[in-house]
Amino acid sequence: MYAQNVPLSWYLLLSAALFCLGIVGFLIKRNLITVFMSIELMLNAVNLSFVAFAHQWHMVKGQIFVFFVMMVAAAEAAVGLAIIIAVFRARSTLAVDRIDLMKL
Amino acid sequence: MNAPLHLWLIPLLPFAGFLLNGILGGRLPRPLVTAIGLLAPLGAFAVALNPARSLVGLGSGLPPLPYAETLPHPWISAGSLHVDFSIVLDQLSLVMLLVVTGVGFLIHLYSAGYMHGDAGYARYFSYLNLFLFFMTTLVLAGNILLMFVGWEGVGLASYLLIGFWYQKTSAADAGKKAFIVNRIGDFGFLIGIFLLLGNFGTLTFSEIAGKLAAQPAWTGGILTAICLCLLVGATGKSAQLPLYVWLPDAMEGPTPVSALIHAATMVTAGVYMIARLHFLFDRSPYALSIVAIVGAATAFFAATMGLMQNDIKRVLAYSTISQLGYMFLACGVAAYSAAIFHLMTHAFFKALLFLAAGSVIHAMGGEQDMRKMGGLRTKLPVTFWTMTAAVFAIGGFFPFAGFFSKDAILYAAFLQGANGKILWFVGLVTALITAIYMFRLWYMTFFGEMRSHDAHPHESPASMLIPLVILGALSVCGGWIGIERIGDYLAPATGALREQPAGSHLELWLSILAVLIAAEGWLIADKYYRRKPQRPAQLAASVPGLYNLIANKYYVDEIYSALFVRPLLAFSKYVLGWIVDIGILGGAAWLLGGTATFAGAILQRWQSGNLRSYAAWLALGAAAVLIFALILAGHAPGHAALLFTHFDGARN
Repeated sequence: MYAQNVPLSWYLLLSAALFCLGIVGFLIKRNLITVFMSIELMLNAVNLSFVAFAHQWHMVKGQIFVFFVMMVAAAEAAVGLAIIIAVFRARSTLAVDRIDLMKL
Repeated sequence: MNAPLHLWLIPLLPFAGFLLNGILGGRLPRPLVTAIGLLAPLGAFAVALNPARSLVGLGSGLPPLPYAETLPHPWISAGSLHVDFSIVLDQLSLVMLLVVTGVGFLIHLYSAGYMHGDAGYARYFSYLNLFLFFMTTLVLAGNILLMFVGWEGVGLASYLLIGFWYQKTSAADAGKKAFIVNRIGDFGFLIGIFLLLGNFGTLTFSEIAGKLAAQPAWTGGILTAICLCLLVGATGKSAQLPLYVWLPDAMEGPTPVSALIHAATMVTAGVYMIARLHFLFDRSPYALSIVAIVGAATAFFAATMGLMQNDIKRVLAYSTISQLGYMFLACGVAAYSAAIFHLMTHAFFKALLFLAAGSVIHAMGGEQDMRKMGGLRTKLPVTFWTMTAAVFAIGGFFPFAGFFSKDAILYAAFLQGANGKILWFVGLVTALITAIYMFRLWYMTFFGEMRSHDAHPHESPASMLIPLVILGALSVCGGWIGIERIGDYLAPATGALREQPAGSHLELWLSILAVLIAAEGWLIADKYYRRKPQRPAQLAASVPGLYNLIANKYYVDEIYSALFVRPLLAFSKYVLGWIVDIGILGGAAWLLGGTATFAGAILQRWQSGNLRSYAAWLALGAAAVLIFALILAGHAPGHAALLFTHFDGARN
């Protein structure tokens, strides 16, 4: 199998790189939709390391976790996009800096 | 089988009156308040009258005295200490009880007229009943601890009533002064109680007397210490040197209160306490001589202070202190029954003097300055004649009440050896001064011309005049019972009086001398305040130093203020107030509060509402946890392994 030739550490490095990209995107992007996409990116980075470990150790548990994560991500996408649309309707902007009502 | 006396009703009736008027008084109609306030002391007096039948020889069917009633449940029972709620009636407490409830009822009756228009009418009667509750407790107490409860309670009632018109600063201050000065005395009393407990192991009067009787050779030493501590308590409550300063200020209270509490009953508690514990004082000649000296000195100095007062109530206040000095003098020469006899007659004529003065003040529309009175003889005939009886009684004229009791005291002092002669002489001089200032008051108030033009004097209502007339009759006849008879009656409770050498006319001659002295006082007052009213001012101008000394009451208040009050106030303000309270206590609280506020102000900025800052902190936190775990793994692999257990398990 071709996967036998690729060491585990490569997958993990890729996963870490994607996760860091997600974090950086989350922190520096202003558009709410881009921020949302960054979250998806982080989730998928984690998924990748799950799958890589599952394959390495021949355990199916990791694969199952990935299904859970994807399911939660799908639900989150549905709810999140709905919220984003609502926010946009209310405030006519999607700039994160201007949506700062999350304090008492 | 003798019927029980139900003595417990005597304190509890006034207490019920206090509760009813105190809690519901504001909502009850005024006649009902009056009825409750008057029936409580009247009921107590009626209960006390039942055993008093023995006084007039109708004592059949009465239990023998001393008669005790004790609650079945002990009050305090700790180790060897055992104190009961016990009340004891003996000859001494019976006489005292009749005076307290009888005079007390008359003054309640008078108050109904005097306080008629006052807004605090129900409050006034509830306080007055509270006073009677504590006073009868004090009198009936079978042990010194219960007596102390009554002792403190009458102090409380006195405080409440002095400051009854609390809107007046002077009245509120006078109440505080009375309470604080009394506390000093009470401290001595309390120490005395502790010493009694430590040396006798009991606080019951009869048991202490029994233990003393079992050791006839035990005198002086610790007994002197106990007696002197108790004397400090007595000087506070009975306004003797050096703690008398509160009583003149106590005149800020309503006049009937001055009559009941600060003349007739409460201030005699010290005398009563010494007579009650006479078996203790008899064993300490030293303490007894101190009592006599305190009494004689107080009698003399208070009388001289009374000479220069212009406030009619203050004259009477100093006169009260002076007369209490006589009672202490009698106690000091072990003539306890003479002291109680004088206590009784003094209660009659001094209550009358105050009530008559109240009637005068009432008539003058609240004016208390004698310089603005005068010529009231024809306008207030009943007040004038009853007041006259009281003035002659306190002056010591035959056959008025004061003559007999004062004579008994002076005679008992005279029989007391060489020192007794000195005490007798001081007493005699005091009698002269007493006659002068009482007739001065009499002349300034009732004779001459009216010196105030905007007053329209009118005689008081009947509810005020009836007590005046009854007390007037008692001031005339109250002494006819005679010291021999009352001495014999009280002998089981207070010890027998010293016997006169047979066939001697000494007492007769001393009595004649005393009356002559009193008449001399009358003549002096007559000369200075009726015939030549300009003379007092001339005399004052000729000896300005002495005049100023006495007119300023020997500067005692000023000396106390400089020695005790001001240093204490300064200490309280600067050391306790500024350093301890504001500095240490306030500083600690401020530091704690300030730290929290400061930390809150900083942490508050964290919650910016900015989504990305939250995310940044989240990321930082996650990174910190991760770094921490890695460091932990480096230092203690075992612990760090716990974090990764799951993965280790998954490895299999």
